[in-house]
Amino acid sequence: MGKKIFFISRRMLLFVAGALGMLLLVLFFNATGIFTDYIVQIINISLINVILAVSLNLINGFTGQFSIGHMGFAAVGAYTSATVTTLIAKVTPRLPYTEFININGYIVFILALLLGGIVAAGIGFLIGFPSLRLKGDYLAIITLGFGEIIRTIFNNIDYVGGPRGLLGIPKFSNLIMIFVITLLSVIAIRNLVFSTHGRALLSIRENELASELVGVNTVRYKITAFTIGAFFAGIAGGLQAHLLQIAHPTQYGFLYSILVLIMVYAGGMGSITGSIIAAFALTFLSEGLRTALPGLGDLMHVKIGDEWRMVVYSLLLIIIMLFRTEVLMGMREMKLLVPEEEEHHGQHA
Amino acid sequence: MKKKFIAVLLTVLSVSLILAGCSQKTTEIKIGGVGPVSGEAATFGQSTKEGYELAVEEWNKAGGLLGNQIKLIFQDDKGDPTEAATVWTKLISQDKVVAIVGTVMSKCSLAGAPISQANKVPMISPTSTNPKVTEVGEFIFRACFIDPFQGTVGAKFAYENLNARTAACIFDVGNDYTKGLSEFFRDKFIELGGEIVAFEAHATGATDFKAQLTKIIAAKPDVIYISDYYNDVALIAKQARELGYTGPLVGGDGWDSPDLVKIGGKAVENGYFTNHFSKDDPSPQVQEFVRKYEAKFGKTPDALAALAYDAMVIMLDAIKRAGSTDPEKIRAALAATNIQVVSGMISFDKNRNPIKSAVIIAIKDGQQVYQTTVNP
Repeated sequence: MGKKIFFISRRMLLFVAGALGMLLLVLFFNATGIFTDYIVQIINISLINVILAVSLNLINGFTGQFSIGHMGFAAVGAYTSATVTTLIAKVTPRLPYTEFININGYIVFILALLLGGIVAAGIGFLIGFPSLRLKGDYLAIITLGFGEIIRTIFNNIDYVGGPRGLLGIPKFSNLIMIFVITLLSVIAIRNLVFSTHGRALLSIRENELASELVGVNTVRYKITAFTIGAFFAGIAGGLQAHLLQIAHPTQYGFLYSILVLIMVYAGGMGSITGSIIAAFALTFLSEGLRTALPGLGDLMHVKIGDEWRMVVYSLLLIIIMLFRTEVLMGMREMKLLVPEEEEHHGQHA
Repeated sequence: MKKKFIAVLLTVLSVSLILAGCSQKTTEIKIGGVGPVSGEAATFGQSTKEGYELAVEEWNKAGGLLGNQIKLIFQDDKGDPTEAATVWTKLISQDKVVAIVGTVMSKCSLAGAPISQANKVPMISPTSTNPKVTEVGEFIFRACFIDPFQGTVGAKFAYENLNARTAACIFDVGNDYTKGLSEFFRDKFIELGGEIVAFEAHATGATDFKAQLTKIIAAKPDVIYISDYYNDVALIAKQARELGYTGPLVGGDGWDSPDLVKIGGKAVENGYFTNHFSKDDPSPQVQEFVRKYEAKFGKTPDALAALAYDAMVIMLDAIKRAGSTDPEKIRAALAATNIQVVSGMISFDKNRNPIKSAVIIAIKDGQQVYQTTVNP
């Protein structure tokens, strides 16, 4: 057994300390002007993408299902939490009190965020219950359909702004808020993956028939993974809506779901570390090209406009997929995320 | 594994270093330009970008701004609010622009506007029509008229140019755009002394409008105001003509599509609609703009290019009049704008929406023909 301090393993403490250290470093750089608000904004978006990628990895990577409607759950979380903060409680980060109850706006926000996650999880359960009896391509098509249905529903509800989107959402998401919630989400999913239940999920991915034969209730485990994945996607959606101050039906389209899927695949199916790195790398890559492309153009004395950015970005994605078959992390994890007692078994999978 | 991790970390760091290391020259005035040059609205973004570039190039040739050259930093927002928010933060915190001109889609302008407002960087959107955009705060302006304004102009045109004294409206009850246009048409028409004899709603997605049209035609209006989009307009026009209506039809910029004539055929003849800009407008400003645009880009400009050009000129003119790059002074100068741009004389109301003329386009022999310009 590894050493434990207050029931928390030493490695986990190190991981949390390391993460908080990075947060402090970023805050310090931002305060001294080395990191502009732009860099902080990219970090914010990367962190939200981390939650999305890690939670989708739980469904696609660890359990071996194929869901491609992940942003549908994010939409549910975004609209639910934003409806609570913007339309019902009418809280702002500036005024500490709500209109009708005297509680701090941030408490309302956290509760709204949780509610968004829970509603997304509930819908995930409802979708998963009938459809997880299906396998492979069929599940993909159902989740794809679900993503589009959710988008269309929000497009047609006038109360949440319909096709104009839900506007005037208070800006509750800041770096610290997003960072802490991302950290908690990653730890929660990591703990699940390395628990007995996580073992069951992995067994489904490796061989569903065999795991059924040794007594794993595969349908139940698949639904659980799907529901938990949906919960965290809902949280990510809520954070994003309160960062951008707008929730618009088109933000949750098929393309964004695919982008999250790419992060999972590029990072490595079944690697939390991989998803974290890929979420950061791809978000920074997309933004970095804004500066890098015109710079490259200057070197070659040609003008490369911003319209080429997405072409180069897509090209780079193809190259990553072609030349790195085991991609960034494969199924490996960084040491700090693996419980000490697991190490002797080699790879956890 | 460790090596790879370090490699990735280095990449991320180097990218951020590139981003942080942009050098700044003091001899330039930096203006941010935003438009969606990739994604679903890429054609809109391309026109917009060209509009910005033309305006900046002209001003630079004429000696720049406050004795400095203008540097346009154009960024793509992909038509995605997330990207728009990032781009706004980049332009403000990284590039340290004096002002931002952008962007096309309302959802993106709405993601950018709060950032502009919080950092006090004046912003003007060329083509975002959602009224909420300028409601974000006193630093946010727009160059295009908002939807209700077209109803007002349409009423004025019907009353003064078509000499109509009675009018009927038909609109989509489930769409804010068409409902708003009809309501503002009605209010202005009554204010001018006319009479609204029928005000009929139809359901979204309806294809049979005969019930409403029978009622409208029985009331014998001089003009029918159809505030729908072109596909509905074509059907409504066809059915109205079938029921024996021969008078003029009037509408808003939702009519602006080649498909209107394709679907509507002869039924949409004697139809008029309000629009932002027409390349056939004989005014010297428009003709000069069309000539310069064609010379530079080899194609005829559309309304988006004209509005982008206008938005940029309005911003540059305001900075010139402000005499400095102080945001508060630029904001005050913007609010006091009163200049002639391509799409007409422009000034701003207290909600920072423009007061300016609209062009009326007529449908004649299956072609869109410039009819006249109506001042508010």
